[in-house]
Amino acid sequence: MFYGVALQSRLMLGTAQYPSPAVLRAAIAASGTQVITVSLRREGPEGARFREIVAGSGCRILPNTAGCHSAREAVTTARMARELFGTNWIKLEVIGHADTLQPDPFALVEAARILCAEGFEVFPYTTEDLVLGERLVEAGCRVLMPWGAPIGSGQGLRNVEGLRAMRAHFPDVPLVIDAGIGTPSDAARAMEMGFDAVLLNTAVARAGNPVAMARAFARAVEAGRLGFEAGLMPRRDMARPSTPVFGMAELG
Amino acid sequence: MISVLGGGVAGLCAATALAERGLTVEVIVPEGAPAPVSLLAGGMLAPFCEGEAAPAAVVKMGLSAADWWEAHGARVVRRGTLVLAPARDAAELDRFARLTQGHEWVDPGALEPDLAGRFARGLFFGDEAHMDPCAALATLRRRLEARGVRFHAGPARGRIVDCTGWAAAAHLPDLRPVRGEMLMLHAPGVALSRTVRLLHPRFACYIVPRGDGHYMIGATMVESARLGPVTARAVMELLSAAWTVHPGFAEAEITATGAGLRPAFPDNIPAIRRTGGRIHVNGMYRHGFLAAPHLAMRLADQLQEECKPCVSS
Repeated sequence: MFYGVALQSRLMLGTAQYPSPAVLRAAIAASGTQVITVSLRREGPEGARFREIVAGSGCRILPNTAGCHSAREAVTTARMARELFGTNWIKLEVIGHADTLQPDPFALVEAARILCAEGFEVFPYTTEDLVLGERLVEAGCRVLMPWGAPIGSGQGLRNVEGLRAMRAHFPDVPLVIDAGIGTPSDAARAMEMGFDAVLLNTAVARAGNPVAMARAFARAVEAGRLGFEAGLMPRRDMARPSTPVFGMAELG
Repeated sequence: MISVLGGGVAGLCAATALAERGLTVEVIVPEGAPAPVSLLAGGMLAPFCEGEAAPAAVVKMGLSAADWWEAHGARVVRRGTLVLAPARDAAELDRFARLTQGHEWVDPGALEPDLAGRFARGLFFGDEAHMDPCAALATLRRRLEARGVRFHAGPARGRIVDCTGWAAAAHLPDLRPVRGEMLMLHAPGVALSRTVRLLHPRFACYIVPRGDGHYMIGATMVESARLGPVTARAVMELLSAAWTVHPGFAEAEITATGAGLRPAFPDNIPAIRRTGGRIHVNGMYRHGFLAAPHLAMRLADQLQEECKPCVSS
């Protein structure tokens, strides 16, 4: 449940960088996603035509503050998003490094506090840092979105043990792996680890065939989640023979 | 009589193709109409490179564009396109190669001596070309006038072929604006003879030589109807990309900047549409100079068939 909303699909898609809005719409349909994230920092209120196409997909819109470098900028963008899209949902991104696009943890908490107090339902783009996660929850966030790897890098889950610890530390907070997912197997892995959803953009948008890739991710997310729910077998250090060793015929 | 609305690349190509079929044409540009955004174009005739993101239909439309423009008086420079990426984004080059055709791997310095030692490898699209879009459009207009085609501010007297780009939005509900921003630089210290594209996950650019040390640097793509001058962010992005190609651009003079709204349909494919009693040639997106000649000829085929009575004797 994401702020009281139950979703059938655990795949969330970004809407940037597609070859065309028509391909974007086809990829959304092929992915089965119910939540798409849309940026507006650069496009501003004048980006209405593109937003209409995106809204026409019927998906729930999760506006984002991509491109914001300070708490103030992010808060202003979030307020504009609420007005333009008529939703309290906001994917809060406050970038600390123009180069690595790492989140600025201090500005993130500051912006989250302001926005939660104003009734926003905040999806903060964060790292796997547990203390930062706690501060965000204290600020009022009821979903956390830890990164897999830096935005657009396609490196997959760079700190698997850190993410595993985060999952264990926040058993009751919906966790969405956001950013860095490169391949369907990355997404499947995140789901096998018990994350509630994955959010990705570049891996689909910039694929040679975005629609086919959207389908591939849909299946990977579904397979990973099914695997998690079914109960994964534990890893062992040794092979476990399927027939008893004792009683085997001695052929020597 | 056919009244072509709009004096940008779509309008002038349409008027040319129609006039060449012997149809009577006028071109209407209302008083106070904004300058055509095609004047801000790169003038790249690069169908294979566009194929990275554009569907095959656009690549196909563009294959004959260079020949068409040359046949219509444009000074087409057939020196191909050189595609580069910064060392740490070399994967972008491989991706580009995978998604396009008509290229070979080259040593960039062997093609453009000014780039020697700066890039380990590049992709060369030898069959591509470029031209100065402003000069090409001025030539088309001159040739139309020499044929007796009248340019005036209206009202339209004939069947309407609307080529007004984003201004036709009220007639075309699925048309959308994609803002583009560009710079003109005078960089006498940089010697590039062909179009250079720099791939980058965030700050891509292309550089089109205009001769005598002048370069056009383009172009941003923002899903926005925002008018008004180029933004600081666009200038920073474009200049930093140009500087990555050649540090000599840091010493360049910025001689002009431009911002305009590309009209685009949802599939980003330029098209002929018939609606509300008029014919639209629109949705040029970033493919105006590639696609307009093809669409103009298709339009002429259709209208020649339908308009036999309007052929001047």
